[in-house]
Amino acid sequence: MGAALARAAQWTSAGAGRGTLEITPLNESLLNEIIRFVEGFSSRHPQEAAFVFREPLEWRTQLGCAAFGAGYQGDGTTVQSDAKSKDGQPLLLLTGSTIKVRSFDQLSYLLHIAMDKKLKEAQACLEANRDPIVNILGPGYGTIEGEDMSMLHLLDKVKKDDDPETEIKMKIFILLSQLDMQLLNSSLKHISQEVRLNPSAVNNEVNLLKHFSGKGEDTVLESLEYTSDYTFSNGCRAPPWRQMHGEICYLIIKPHDTDPLCVTCSTAGVYLNGGKLKEKDDIDYERKSDIYKDIVTFLREKSPKFVENMSKQEYNFFKETASEKYYQHMEAVDAEDSGQSQKPYDYTEKTIYEKTKSSSAKSKSADSKKLEPSLKWKNIVRCATYSDKVTKKDTEHGRRRSSASKKIKKKTTSISPEAASKCKTSEKDEEVSESSSETEEDEEQPERHQEGNIDLPSEYWQIQKLVKYLKGGNPTATVIALCSMKDFNLAQETCQLAIRDVGGLEVLINLLDTEEIKCQIGSLKILKEISQNSLIRHAIADLEGLQIMVKILESPDKDLKCLAAETIANVARFKRARRTIRQYGGIKRLVGLLEPIPVGSSALTPAQAKDFAIARSGALALWSCSKSTKNKEAILKAGGIPLLAKWLKCSHVNILTPVVGTLQECASEQSYRRAIRMEGMIEDLVKNLSSEHEELQMLCASAIFKCAEDKETRDLVRQHGGLQPLSVLLGNTENKQLLAAVTGAIWKCAISGENVSKLQEYKTLEALVGLLTDQPDEVLVNVVGALGECCQEQINRTIIRKCGGIPPLVKLLTGTDQALLVNVTKAVGACATEPENMMIIDRLDGVRLLWSLLKNPNPDVQASAAWAICPCIENAKDSGEMVRSFVGGLELIVNLLKSKNKEVLASVCAAITNIAKDEENLAVITDHGVVPLLSKLANTNNDKLRRHLAEAISHCCMWGSNRITFGETKAVAPLVRYLKSNDPSVHRATAQALYQLSEDPNNCITMHENGVVKLLLAMVGSTDETLQEAAAGCIANIRRLALATEKAKYG
Amino acid sequence: MSRKRLQQLTESLLRSARKEVERLIKLFNTLAAESRERFAAAAGLDRNMFRNILHCTFGMMDDMIMDRVFRAFDKDNDSCISVVEWVEGLSVFLRGTLEEKIKYCFEVYDLNGDGYISRDEMFHMLKNSLLKQPSEEDPDEGIKDLVEITLKKMDYDHDGKLSFLDFEKAVREENLLLEAFGPCLPDIKKTVSVFFCFFFFFAFFFHGYL
Repeated sequence: MGAALARAAQWTSAGAGRGTLEITPLNESLLNEIIRFVEGFSSRHPQEAAFVFREPLEWRTQLGCAAFGAGYQGDGTTVQSDAKSKDGQPLLLLTGSTIKVRSFDQLSYLLHIAMDKKLKEAQACLEANRDPIVNILGPGYGTIEGEDMSMLHLLDKVKKDDDPETEIKMKIFILLSQLDMQLLNSSLKHISQEVRLNPSAVNNEVNLLKHFSGKGEDTVLESLEYTSDYTFSNGCRAPPWRQMHGEICYLIIKPHDTDPLCVTCSTAGVYLNGGKLKEKDDIDYERKSDIYKDIVTFLREKSPKFVENMSKQEYNFFKETASEKYYQHMEAVDAEDSGQSQKPYDYTEKTIYEKTKSSSAKSKSADSKKLEPSLKWKNIVRCATYSDKVTKKDTEHGRRRSSASKKIKKKTTSISPEAASKCKTSEKDEEVSESSSETEEDEEQPERHQEGNIDLPSEYWQIQKLVKYLKGGNPTATVIALCSMKDFNLAQETCQLAIRDVGGLEVLINLLDTEEIKCQIGSLKILKEISQNSLIRHAIADLEGLQIMVKILESPDKDLKCLAAETIANVARFKRARRTIRQYGGIKRLVGLLEPIPVGSSALTPAQAKDFAIARSGALALWSCSKSTKNKEAILKAGGIPLLAKWLKCSHVNILTPVVGTLQECASEQSYRRAIRMEGMIEDLVKNLSSEHEELQMLCASAIFKCAEDKETRDLVRQHGGLQPLSVLLGNTENKQLLAAVTGAIWKCAISGENVSKLQEYKTLEALVGLLTDQPDEVLVNVVGALGECCQEQINRTIIRKCGGIPPLVKLLTGTDQALLVNVTKAVGACATEPENMMIIDRLDGVRLLWSLLKNPNPDVQASAAWAICPCIENAKDSGEMVRSFVGGLELIVNLLKSKNKEVLASVCAAITNIAKDEENLAVITDHGVVPLLSKLANTNNDKLRRHLAEAISHCCMWGSNRITFGETKAVAPLVRYLKSNDPSVHRATAQALYQLSEDPNNCITMHENGVVKLLLAMVGSTDETLQEAAAGCIANIRRLALATEKAKYG
Repeated sequence: MSRKRLQQLTESLLRSARKEVERLIKLFNTLAAESRERFAAAAGLDRNMFRNILHCTFGMMDDMIMDRVFRAFDKDNDSCISVVEWVEGLSVFLRGTLEEKIKYCFEVYDLNGDGYISRDEMFHMLKNSLLKQPSEEDPDEGIKDLVEITLKKMDYDHDGKLSFLDFEKAVREENLLLEAFGPCLPDIKKTVSVFFCFFFFFAFFFHGYL
């Protein structure tokens, strides 16, 4: 209890000797705790409670004599207890207002009768007896700062003489120290919750609120003013004699809905004071309300209108200078540490960024977020005057300096929103040059902050010390420090960030620039580990560590090269790092590391093992680097492909994995795909599909997935027997990544018909159908894609039906993933070409689902759905009725003719062709204005669209005056030109359309004027009977019209 | 591989090793001759001559370490390095395996030769390894701390000093610790060039002679 009272309780500093306890929540809870302890004492420990104190506890009480009941004798001014100590002193003695108590029994009784004055009594007692233990047990047990030996003394005593009193003393002492512990714990909890304000935080808050106050309904406040314009040099506005009490400034706040509030901001928090005194120009400084942690919390409590308008403005807040979140993020920080109390800025920054993320496009936000740490680091580099070389050292002020630089950093970041946006644009420009296919693994983590000094782990200080030795040691000391640092758990984030925060990264990177191989190796060993953390990666790049590492790749020392490449492999997980590596010639050197060594399958000699490790690290680094398009080119130019091909022949998984990884990453480029085929790597890839390592299998499958875009490659996969291992791998449903890659490879391979029949042999289709349920989207996309390809063959469609694949497929139509929907619609469409399948689809209401996908915003999905609808209408029983049953469906599809996407247009035309086969539906779509919309599309050069458009026109001619309308909307002349196309299917469709249109005399005239006859005459000689017939019919119509005219003219 | 080829291979290896040893001996003779010229009456290289070589050729700086290296070379403690000692010592220097090097380094660092590297010895060797800060109260504190760090890292049996076993285990785990208490082996980067020049020079010299 002594320690708690001495340290935790808040004593006023006013009285020199006799301080008083302030009335603060903390003290109150302390007192309550003590009261509870004392009250319960006599019942819980009756023996100890009877113990007579060495000295009475003496204080001035407010209790009157009347309060004491039985067991006490009183005569007006004095009261004494019946119970007496051995030497005859009463255990409780009240004379006037002074009370003396000698045992716990009496103490608890006293508190019991004090009733609601308990708190006051306890307070008075403790104020009068700063260290009650001395009174209770004697001066030997006083609370001593630091090591407390009294317990041991007591124990010795107990051992020496078996006086029962010492034993009781011992027990009391233990009980009291338990209480002490308890009190300290609870006050610690209190303190850690407490918020300390400081002048700049208040000032910022006020400025911010000013921003949003003023006249008008939607501001948060009417006004907010300081009472004094004068600011002292420490940032406070309170007069100096009040600053002593921790007060910072006074505010007059006028909310919309209450009277003006006069508020004191002190280091303890914000509270209401007594307001302005009428006559004088002064303030009643007395506290009148609870203490709040900041102005906003205070206002939230006081003004409902404030809360309401605040929530309205929330969005604006984020967009403008700072955020309201800022306040909620305010941390418990030590008032002394001004460097840290600036922290809220960072949070402000971050919330802004996070908001932009949600409001703007994702890529943009990624940029802005990425920018944040880099800015900071640049500042640090600029601010901190660390010497460039380790030889120039400044050990001592490391810590102080880093905190100073932190301060500067905070300041700069606080003004940064505009600057950030500026930089963002410049950064963006550069990134446009990178490819869109680029994969970005490094999602920026939000920067976490150390929560005040309390939480710093012991590792932090140890690491700080080691960094000091790194800076101030010769190579020998440096190596020792490096080795010791390596023993920390570098995979742990606290250690990683500790190294960064104490300025260790700068030193480690500077060490790389020295001639000392040992220091370089040691430093790289650490960097390699900690670069697993993305914040560290960014920091390394910002400190220009990559440039040095790239330089090290030329070193003759093999260990060094190897470590450098491995570190590069870790760091190069984000775009900027990859660019830096390329720009400093790193790709060439990394490719250089792949120099082939003669490796047999036998065990390696140590020297070979080293070369091997180098090649492996080089491949790892290339793998990381190959995620940027330009780096892929650079690898190609540096002659990487033949080297990769050589290593691919080797049988060691360690190196195969990064090699295949690089290849599969690069296979997104056409040039690589060709090279992979030419160098005969497909064979090796196929071979490694049967490896024992899933990662390698996955990478191989994924490489095949990407390469199999080309027909030759697909054939090669088949010829090298790759389809069988692929189908076997389908059985591994645990590893989803592997499954996604394998199904992808099967999908692409299935584009070739020969492969499909092979796959049939391996019963792949059945396996694929089994994968239609309970798989993640990445897998489903590929599975469905593969099924879609296989369904091009009639036999497979039957297989799918027999395996029960149609219901899950139709179910997938309700999904949301765009890529998946494209594939699913395609597969369903392919299945629908079979009337028996169609029955199932119809029963499951699949057509309605397809139709609703026409509303999907993605044009690929729209087109794919429209294509799928065609066979459905064709094969469904009573399709006309079915189509009519979709409310608004026909209007929807007609409106899709306004799309800009050629594929969508072609597919919709095809669907309209099928719809128009039903007369009633044709009438409906005519009413929805299909004719002018089709005519508008007529001027196109796309053969696919031409063909389907012509078919749609020919079918739409069947209704009413549509033929005439087509003529009026000038669709005829462009159609004639279609006959000049090279595509025979266009010819056929066009001839049919023209035949239909020629039923109208005006159209015949237009056609004739456009020279249709000559073109049609050529078509009549075609081997295609439909075309022949249509062309001939059209000519006949034109001729008939001519004859009729002549007859009319010449009679 | 046939037995005959194996034999050929060993022979060629032996031959090249032999050549190397011959060269070292030639080198020794010249140096010893030079030493005799200056100090007379010495059957080999004396301390000063040897330290000179260490300094100029192998770039060693620390006097104490150089003395210890001399002691390590000078197996029979006669303050003079004989031709055998020279060849044996240099073979560790230039072609030594890790085991040989560990043994050698431990010998160098064990200043009083009692089989342990004690705290005091470490302190002595690391004395100059930290940049002195004038503002620090106890300038030795950093070094003491460094010694503690080293012990924590290398003293596996927790007896407060490094035995050979401790040292060997620590080095095997982390090769960087081989020269934990100061450079006592030729620095590869620096010496590769210097030593080859040295060799070349003498080779040339002798060929001219003979």
